[in-house]
Amino acid sequence: MTVNIIGAGLGGLSAAHTLAQMGIQSNLISYAPSERAQSVMAEGGINACLDTMGEHDTVEEHFEDTMRGGVYLADPNAVWDLCSQAPEIVRELDALGVPFPHNDKGIIQRNFGGQKKKRTAYVKSSTGKMLMTALIDAVRRYEVSGEVIRYPRHRFEQLILESGACTGVAISDRFTGEVQNLSGPVIVAAGGLAGLFDGMTTGSTHNTSDAAAMLFSQGVEFANLEFVQYHPTTIGISGKRLLISEAARGEGGRLYVLRSGEPWYFMEEKYPELKNLMPRDVVSAEMVAVTAHSDCGDQVYLDMTGIANKIWKTRLSDLRDQCIHYLSVDPMKEPVPVAPGIHYFMGGIAVDEHHRTNIGGLYACGECACQYHGANRLGGNSLLGAIFGGKVAAKSAAEALTVVDAETEEKPVPMKEVSPAVAQRISDILYQSLPIMRNADDMQSAEQKLGNMLSNNLNDTEFRRVQLALAMVRSALLRKESRGAHKRMDYPDRDDLNYQKQTVASLNDREIKLTLRDIPERRTS
Amino acid sequence: MIYQIQILRQKGAQSEPYLQDINYEISDPEMSVAVLLKTLNADSFLKDIDGQPVGKIEWECSCLQKKCGACAMRIGGKPRLACDVKLKEIKNGKLLLEPLKKFPVIRDLIVDRSVMFENLKQINLWFDTEAGHPKKSEEIACEASRCLQCGCCLEVCPNFIPGDSFFAAAAFVPAARILSKISKQDNPELISAYQQHIYRDCGKALSCRDICPAGIDTDSLLVNNNAVAIWKRFFKR
Repeated sequence: MTVNIIGAGLGGLSAAHTLAQMGIQSNLISYAPSERAQSVMAEGGINACLDTMGEHDTVEEHFEDTMRGGVYLADPNAVWDLCSQAPEIVRELDALGVPFPHNDKGIIQRNFGGQKKKRTAYVKSSTGKMLMTALIDAVRRYEVSGEVIRYPRHRFEQLILESGACTGVAISDRFTGEVQNLSGPVIVAAGGLAGLFDGMTTGSTHNTSDAAAMLFSQGVEFANLEFVQYHPTTIGISGKRLLISEAARGEGGRLYVLRSGEPWYFMEEKYPELKNLMPRDVVSAEMVAVTAHSDCGDQVYLDMTGIANKIWKTRLSDLRDQCIHYLSVDPMKEPVPVAPGIHYFMGGIAVDEHHRTNIGGLYACGECACQYHGANRLGGNSLLGAIFGGKVAAKSAAEALTVVDAETEEKPVPMKEVSPAVAQRISDILYQSLPIMRNADDMQSAEQKLGNMLSNNLNDTEFRRVQLALAMVRSALLRKESRGAHKRMDYPDRDDLNYQKQTVASLNDREIKLTLRDIPERRTS
Repeated sequence: MIYQIQILRQKGAQSEPYLQDINYEISDPEMSVAVLLKTLNADSFLKDIDGQPVGKIEWECSCLQKKCGACAMRIGGKPRLACDVKLKEIKNGKLLLEPLKKFPVIRDLIVDRSVMFENLKQINLWFDTEAGHPKKSEEIACEASRCLQCGCCLEVCPNFIPGDSFFAAAAFVPAARILSKISKQDNPELISAYQQHIYRDCGKALSCRDICPAGIDTDSLLVNNNAVAIWKRFFKR
């Protein structure tokens, strides 16, 4: 029996590597080779309490920062496991040859948002690419020995469901169009929902959200869809948002707005402890707030001119090259105009701490899964979450190997594509109704517009994408409070009594059903 | 500005290729060729200069910011990343887009680059044991890890022929990550394969260095590789 993994980014590679080390075969199915996955775009680093910087860092502090950053909406037991395993994960990556810079105590770490201590291991501002290269090489060994079978130009079509359990997956070859069914449990590691906001995110065009929408239509539960992370420092370039890594602020970059013509370093004034390195939800909301002041300009700048030459050379050279190429601005010499942009989806497929979904034989990890990050993800926890989640999902799937076997030979017709016009319409509706500061009127209007779209002449893929978008808007409407990345002007306060819970969306008889689910208690042992 | 866009189209792997001419007005000179292709595909009424519907132009992209290598194609006769080329570079307004020529065409600008990944398997490109931390190895491994596996270097290499025994820069650049961090007794298969598939037939034309969209210094990585794999001068720990 073989485990099927959908997606060959960091989560999928981690799952395949873990299974191969256990001697279990996997089919590693991806739209394109791993080198094209969104994971290669991750920049700043990976969090782990290595305590190499003389600050007496502890796992407990990593746990507390992650829980507080996520405003206590993540499963504390899963987060504890994540944080306690993080040092070992980074050591494993070091052993796989990731070129982390070292000092005499070990791997050097940098400051990152929402964390008081230097806990982020990095390679310049290309950490995702470096981790991916190392894991691609590590998995290649098992491709040759046969434990990993790659399907590197293959699209997920649908789950094979028999008696309510997942017994396999149907995939299609992008080059030939051939559809085939693969038996065995399935781990979904298909990335975030960037495609719902087409052209408006920092993500990859491969992350269309169509796999997620198919899963939703097949009865998979999705949690916390309303939590969309706006990264504070992005820039609109041709066709997308370009990320300026949080590493820029971790290394000394400062945000300011012109107030009565003078630079106002608002984050430093308002948050004297963490200053420019407050969690992303806080920084983005402050940027919206200060640019609304009558005596302030409407543009926020990121001033990196005070960063030492040596830091630019050793830690940020790639970030500088990117600014020069795409913006024609040398950040060593002049401030860069920035604005919040959509960067990450905290919500996704609902999983328990073992990365099991509501459907037997189906698991999820990486950005497509809702786990670890609660209402707002800390920078440096996504790479960690993808690798750790891949390991956990792999071990859970391995336990299910004996109970599933697809019997169906019926093959589905390949999905049609979403037309650019429909993609644009969905993106426009969501972007207008789910900004950093939200209100009921805009979201209700979006709900109506998306509902109207469903009765239009859509193909099946388009219909499903609209359905998932509608579930996102309804999740946001259901949460009548402000928490993390979900900030409502009509409900400005946090309401733990009613909403320290997950929103869970599912599809029953073509109707979207929403519920609130309790967060597990932290185990004491 | 109206751009005269010429695209080498091909309906399928076995179909005859044909050139299609499209005139299209774009006002933003900062627009990349990648976004131009997205724009053309979003225009459902687009017609070529003969009045024929253009239909969907098949091509590949993912990151749109020079980090993934998906959108490699021949632009104005040179292998480039479509997300790297801005329209302001196209001085005379004439833009020729063709698929990479050393790989089998699947449809339009999509080619099958699987030979690159197969070659990496053939040279056993992985660590047999834990990676070490020799001096300077972090710098070399970092540079080597930046390889996009886009195929631009293979397109211009005078010695690379797909299916032949010489694997060229798309193999020796990632090999530098491993070779910079191993000791004398490690990875004997990789070292042997390096001799056979890289060192023996590299003519040092170094066209790879000039074309690499990631700006990787292939020359110095090749020197480091040869020092380790051929002359057995391993990096000191």
